[in-house]
Amino acid sequence: MKKMKKVVCFGLISAMMLSAFAGCGKKDSTSQEAIKIGGTGPLTGGAAIYGNAAKRGAEIAVEEINALGDIQFELRYEDDINDPEKAVNAYNVLKDWGVQISLGSVTTQPCVATSTETFADRIFALTPSASATDITADKDNMFQMCFSDPNQGSASAQYISDKKLGTKIAIIYQNDSVYSTGIYDTFMNKAKELGINVVSTTTFTDDSKTDFSVQLNDAKNAGADLVFLPMYYEAAALILAQAKSMGYAPKFFGVDGMDGILTLEGFDTSLAEGVMLLTPFSADASDEKTVNFVKKYNEKFGETPNQFAADAYDCVYAIYQACKDGKVTASMSAEDICGIMIEQFTSMKFDGLTGDGMTWGTNGEVTKSPKGMVIENGVYVGLD
Amino acid sequence: MKTINKTSKRNFVTIGGLILVYLVVAALKEGGITSNLINGQLVPICAYMIMAISLNLVVGILGELSLGHAGFMSVGAFGGVLAGTLVRQVTDSNLICLLAAVISGGVLAALAGLLIGIPVLRLNGDYLAIVTLAFGQIIKSIVNILYIGLDSEGLHVSVINKMNLAEGGKMIISGAMGCSGIRKLSTFTFGFVLLLLCLIVTFNLIQSRTGRAIMALRDNRIAAESVGINVTKYKLLVFSVSAAMAGMAGTLFAHNFSTVSPAKFDFNTSILILVFVVLGGLGSMRGSLIAAALLTLLPELLREFSDYRMLVYAIVLILVMLGTNSPKVRDFIGKLFGRIKSIFLRKRTAKEGNANG
Repeated sequence: MKKMKKVVCFGLISAMMLSAFAGCGKKDSTSQEAIKIGGTGPLTGGAAIYGNAAKRGAEIAVEEINALGDIQFELRYEDDINDPEKAVNAYNVLKDWGVQISLGSVTTQPCVATSTETFADRIFALTPSASATDITADKDNMFQMCFSDPNQGSASAQYISDKKLGTKIAIIYQNDSVYSTGIYDTFMNKAKELGINVVSTTTFTDDSKTDFSVQLNDAKNAGADLVFLPMYYEAAALILAQAKSMGYAPKFFGVDGMDGILTLEGFDTSLAEGVMLLTPFSADASDEKTVNFVKKYNEKFGETPNQFAADAYDCVYAIYQACKDGKVTASMSAEDICGIMIEQFTSMKFDGLTGDGMTWGTNGEVTKSPKGMVIENGVYVGLD
Repeated sequence: MKTINKTSKRNFVTIGGLILVYLVVAALKEGGITSNLINGQLVPICAYMIMAISLNLVVGILGELSLGHAGFMSVGAFGGVLAGTLVRQVTDSNLICLLAAVISGGVLAALAGLLIGIPVLRLNGDYLAIVTLAFGQIIKSIVNILYIGLDSEGLHVSVINKMNLAEGGKMIISGAMGCSGIRKLSTFTFGFVLLLLCLIVTFNLIQSRTGRAIMALRDNRIAAESVGINVTKYKLLVFSVSAAMAGMAGTLFAHNFSTVSPAKFDFNTSILILVFVVLGGLGSMRGSLIAAALLTLLPELLREFSDYRMLVYAIVLILVMLGTNSPKVRDFIGKLFGRIKSIFLRKRTAKEGNANG
């Protein structure tokens, strides 16, 4: 009986020791050796769809990288409701948590605010999708994964002119959106340069994006044969539906915000037939990486990823590559990591979902080639 | 001299308490005890407190509902940033820049207050509220199409689109994008001094002959008019003083973030400030200050609830509203304070007793 007690005691003690060690091991791999990556994005509110997509894309990338067992990442996303004020609060929460590398903010205005903070705190930041040039201007540690707005606008104008897609162009843009006006401004500058004939320019705002009959009629009366839509896909979906119902069938040309239109709930994909867009990512591409990512995303979250998810996924992998090449460890301070990352990012080449052979300039803007896509039978087909 | 009236005493307690809170928080901040989250919110809290006082002056003291107070804040923010950038051309001192920005922000907002005051003074009650609502929307729409750029040739203004600036030129306000690249000039101390200044002005205004006239208007307009109080004059006065404060708060707010867009100062922000005022108690400056601070911090402290944060926030709002309005809870709080007071009083009387003895 006594022996029995001893055995039980020993067993219990060894179990305790084991669990204690196991606890240690676990702690080592998740919080001590893991590099802390944090980002802010609109997880609630009107722009939540972008923030959640980016968060989920980044989550998948972190999971995959951690499974490799090499460098470990710990990811945390905080909600900023697409408001610069809240974004700074969210960033401060991440700072209290001990963030070492930042994913900036998902949307543009909040990212302008947080980029100033990361610049002052010397934390390296790579934003997946905030595209204004104000974000990277004069900040050596701020990088972008997406095209900057001016690049998109001028690339679209160039594309339309090169391929002779239309002779009379109409533009509808949202004049209280930084994204939309940013593209519009550079498109117009380039259009003037190339001699593109813009016959109708109409605007809408966030409060009036439910009816586009005035704008479409203006384009129709001016005889436009191509309508340029620099906007996100919810508004574009409505425009397509209304154009069809009024019997107006020009060519439609969108930008990367248009991506996602095919997966919009309740959207009749036949409306998008023949719509062209410039986007760095398409969920229907057949390369192995994209197929893999789309499959995982679908399994995990039950929907098809858009370009925000792909951009965030690429961000984490680009950071991974830079960390590996720069031999970054979790015990380094954010400032040391920042120096290494800047060095790596301005010298490395990165292949991701949203482009091959991406490079970054010292101004933080990415160089990659946009792909022209056209929607045929409900799927993207390369234009070239 | 010896008999300070009850209101003055209360005001002194408010100001003293505010200074005490400032000293404690500033010490904690210097000591590195408070988190980054709290440190980052200090200036916005000061700005919101000024907004709350400013709106309380209109709603609580004048008795008119204003639903467009964020509009004045917007005028102050963009006017202030513009002035700050211009002053930057001649001086490098951050303090002078910020002072110039705050003063011009205040003056511009006061002018806007006068502007809206003149046509709408015939109105009162709900009608005035609707006009102020429209005013907020107008300001937002105007800033949305306003483009101001600065280059070597001077200032360029357009209401259509971005202009082509000469080499080295910079857009100060670019329409819907608002301002970006603002230098972070606001500090907690500056915000606090501004807040204190606004509070003292407000207290003095309320306690003065003018203040009594304004409150008479609130309590019974017809009676006040019959004794010769000039309705137009006092309404205009309150509107412009209140607008000036809101404008200064806007400038302070804008200079705390590197970017500010016109969409920030929309109807929702106006309502948020109205919530501070109503929750803190109409006419009670002390209540407004506390409500502004708590309600600005609350959503951040509720981050634990992630997606349900705003739901919890709303529930807390409802509970606080019900609580502060229920006589039982009020009674309880009153008793609690009474007990604390009596402890202090007992000590004092004991001391005095000792001194006498």
